[in-house]
Amino acid sequence: MMVRFILTRLFRAFITILAVITFAFVVLRMSGDPAQVMLGPDAPNETVLAFRATWGLDQPIWVQYAAYIKSIFSGDFGVSMRDKASAIHLVIERIPATLQLTIPALLLKLAIGIPAGVYAALHRQSIIDRGVIFGAVLGFTIPSFVMGLLLVLLFSIILGVLPSGGQDTWQHGILPTLTMAIGGIGILARFSRSAMIEVMGQPFIRTASAKGLKWKDVVWSHALPNAAVPIVTIVGFMVGSLIAGAVVVESIFSWPGIGRLLVVSVTNRDLAVVQCILLVVAATMVVSNLVVDLLYGWLDPRLRSQSAH
Amino acid sequence: MTQLLEARDLVRTYQVRRGLFGTSTPVRAVDGVSLAIKPGETLGIVGESGSGKSTLGRMLLGIDAPQGGDVVFEGEAMPKFGTPRWRALRARMQLVYQDPLAALDRRLTIAQQIGEPLEIHRIIPKEHRAARVAELMAAVGLRPDQGGRYPHELSGGQRQRAVIARALASRPKLLVCDEPVSALDVSIQAQVVNMLRDLQDANDIAMVFISHDLKVVRNIADRVAVMYLGRIVEEASSDVIFKTPLHPYTKALVSSVPVPGKVLEGRVILQGEPPNPANRPSGCAFHPRCALASDLCRSRAPDLLAVGAGRTAACHMVQAPAVAVAA
Amino acid sequence: MTSNLVELRDLKVSFDGIQVLHGIDLDVKRGEAIGLVGESGCGKSVTWLAALGLLPGKARVSGSVRIEGRELVGQPRAALEAVRGGRIAMIFQDPSSSLNPVLRIGRQITEALALHRNLRGEAAKMEALRLMDMVGIPDARRRFDLFPHEFSGGQCQRLMIAMALAGEPDLLVADEPTTALDATIQAQILDLLIALRRETGMATVFISHDLGAVSQVCERVLVMYAGRVVEEGEIGTLFDAPRHPYTRGLFDAIPRLDGERRRLIPIHGTVPDPRRLPEGCAFAPRCSSAIDACRHLNPDLTDMADGRRLACLRPVGEAWSVAAPAVLEGAL
Repeated sequence: MMVRFILTRLFRAFITILAVITFAFVVLRMSGDPAQVMLGPDAPNETVLAFRATWGLDQPIWVQYAAYIKSIFSGDFGVSMRDKASAIHLVIERIPATLQLTIPALLLKLAIGIPAGVYAALHRQSIIDRGVIFGAVLGFTIPSFVMGLLLVLLFSIILGVLPSGGQDTWQHGILPTLTMAIGGIGILARFSRSAMIEVMGQPFIRTASAKGLKWKDVVWSHALPNAAVPIVTIVGFMVGSLIAGAVVVESIFSWPGIGRLLVVSVTNRDLAVVQCILLVVAATMVVSNLVVDLLYGWLDPRLRSQSAH
Repeated sequence: MTQLLEARDLVRTYQVRRGLFGTSTPVRAVDGVSLAIKPGETLGIVGESGSGKSTLGRMLLGIDAPQGGDVVFEGEAMPKFGTPRWRALRARMQLVYQDPLAALDRRLTIAQQIGEPLEIHRIIPKEHRAARVAELMAAVGLRPDQGGRYPHELSGGQRQRAVIARALASRPKLLVCDEPVSALDVSIQAQVVNMLRDLQDANDIAMVFISHDLKVVRNIADRVAVMYLGRIVEEASSDVIFKTPLHPYTKALVSSVPVPGKVLEGRVILQGEPPNPANRPSGCAFHPRCALASDLCRSRAPDLLAVGAGRTAACHMVQAPAVAVAA
Repeated sequence: MTSNLVELRDLKVSFDGIQVLHGIDLDVKRGEAIGLVGESGCGKSVTWLAALGLLPGKARVSGSVRIEGRELVGQPRAALEAVRGGRIAMIFQDPSSSLNPVLRIGRQITEALALHRNLRGEAAKMEALRLMDMVGIPDARRRFDLFPHEFSGGQCQRLMIAMALAGEPDLLVADEPTTALDATIQAQILDLLIALRRETGMATVFISHDLGAVSQVCERVLVMYAGRVVEEGEIGTLFDAPRHPYTRGLFDAIPRLDGERRRLIPIHGTVPDPRRLPEGCAFAPRCSSAIDACRHLNPDLTDMADGRRLACLRPVGEAWSVAAPAVLEGAL
């Protein structure tokens, strides 16, 4: 039964990824001629045609599509039009750089967001609660590029303590990580707060108190395990976007990760690289969703078996 | 025709999935129920969780389609749910259930909601509707000023009255009430029960009163059917069934009702849990909890047969005790 | 000193400035079973939630709650935690949602054992199984590691009772323990409560709107209305001859399973909004024997000759009987 569950999920995952690739495929080819973009507007016509022929762009779109799908199954993800390097290698090369930002950012989100939200929920209507809500809303409403630029303004330009671009030293990573973390901290704080408030209003919390348990035990042993269930879903999505979530930030801070690669490749209509990145991103998202689904069953026993009263 | 509504061998199953990864098994919520209601009569249906009484109520109104058997109302077969004929039939039969707040639209005033059936079924020309609404509100004991209120501004008892007024707007011939007073305080219950009875008498409305509260059913019903695991196990007039219950389950039910001032004496305390419809016992569904169970009971489910004047019971030991014991 | 286990004196509770409890005086002796009856909004649950400090933060509690002389009102959390479960245990109305859904049931019981009797590990498990047997859970050993949703409503209530007993409390407060359950299961739970009381000798406070259920379990009954006690007496005395018009009204309004099918006699009107309590007796607007004085004076709970307490200026006469309803109907 478990096997059937996983197989269905894998099948759905496969369809999702396929849908993403197809969509990207079609849109990329509709949105501009890679030949023109790569070679420049002044390139002579023969060069353009030759380029197209080399890359198979003169073929009908479904032929190109079929060829691409076939090549994926044999492990060939295409080659960059720009520097002739293998697309998949280019992508894999850049992953560590992105993770250098996204993993610390995720840790910050968890370490600050969840405790802030839980604390706010336990001290409702207090100053801290109001402060947390205010901060959280600020955090997730300010777009990341605005936040990034503001941080650069403050720390690089006014205070001059942190660098504003590039990947030379570890200090270069501070501002981009912060920019990424702030939005997520806001979301997690708000979400943890409402999850906790809902759990604390449940009858079994009153039972736990009536037992004579110390308040901290009521919170830790009874409330948090229940609040964890919805919180884990959100965290699951955040894990899913570990690879994909840094596009804007990397662009602002000239950080050489996947996000930046994606932007450059799209601008250049470097088809193979874009498709490869999208494939990797879709796969990560789908896998993290699957893990969250399985985790759910483990965290909430009610989903594991159906009781009949 | 003599019968307002007739139900024959109704069966209703639904699929239950065991767990996140399990397969579905069919469960019979209603397992072969037949009954008949005369115009103006009140039939009480009692039972505990898993008895299928609520499902039966919905089937009588045609809301849940039967997988077996049929329902005949005023001589005609029940139309399929959602069809224009079925919707037109709503003017003749209405449902009142437990939670009046859920049954009322939060954003419409009480008067608007009571008048809605008049609009839907185009019963009365527009200019006379307000007068009819006022009439209905008076009949259920609501003050005229409460017509402009919203549901959350009224008390539980007042809300239930509004629901009943709305149900009566189209002058139905049948009212199916599913636990209509269970959520109300005792003193308000009495008000609503009296009101229902008065309205019934004044308008010749038949009623199916579904409840787990035997005392209320005793008071309001003419005849009572006791359900257990999707079947009727005993049916008799309200006077007779509670004074001299025959089926062991009915006896236990009657026994379980605490009487103020009287301590437990000669009570039948039923052991075990109410049954799980997904795990139906063999033979008579009640045998695991029955003190009189014999081999026959364990192997063959008893039919609902006449056991006296105007009463039926589904029990081997009641129908033919000698035969049952010998089996 | 007194022989009372628990004494409530002038207990008052208000939420956001709205007073819901207007001064409750109540005694519970060791081993006694008392019932608290009333309809919604009368404050019967609030009384005991306040006593144990289980009301939300915005509740204001004043007055006195003493357990064997020790004051509870206004005490810091730690003092209340010491009393909860170990001296006074409370079980609640909806058993299925009153148990933590993500923790195994065995763990929830042993938690109480560790807390109150310092039992851990195997010893705790043994005792938990014994308690589960005691409350009538079949096959306890196999069910020890199940989750609450795998039990029925009746079984969940038994488990709650087992958890409550784990602390070996002197007093068990049962707040509508059978209301959400099927009729036959209600009977089982009532039986269980009676049996447990016999075995453990603990006092019981049974809160319910069901007079019949209360009469099975309790020796003394208090009737509450709009945040006050209006009548109190021995079960027999009260049920034979209720003297407060509200108590009388409650009895009349309850349909009977036996006897003739009779028209019910409701109590007209509704329970007053605590924000807009009438001047004088809170029941006066609905009372058929109210006089002018009732609308201005709020009667105190006074001791009567037959051992009961009554808060009424014009109590119902001794000549109350089953025949009276017809007379009353005419008067209404």
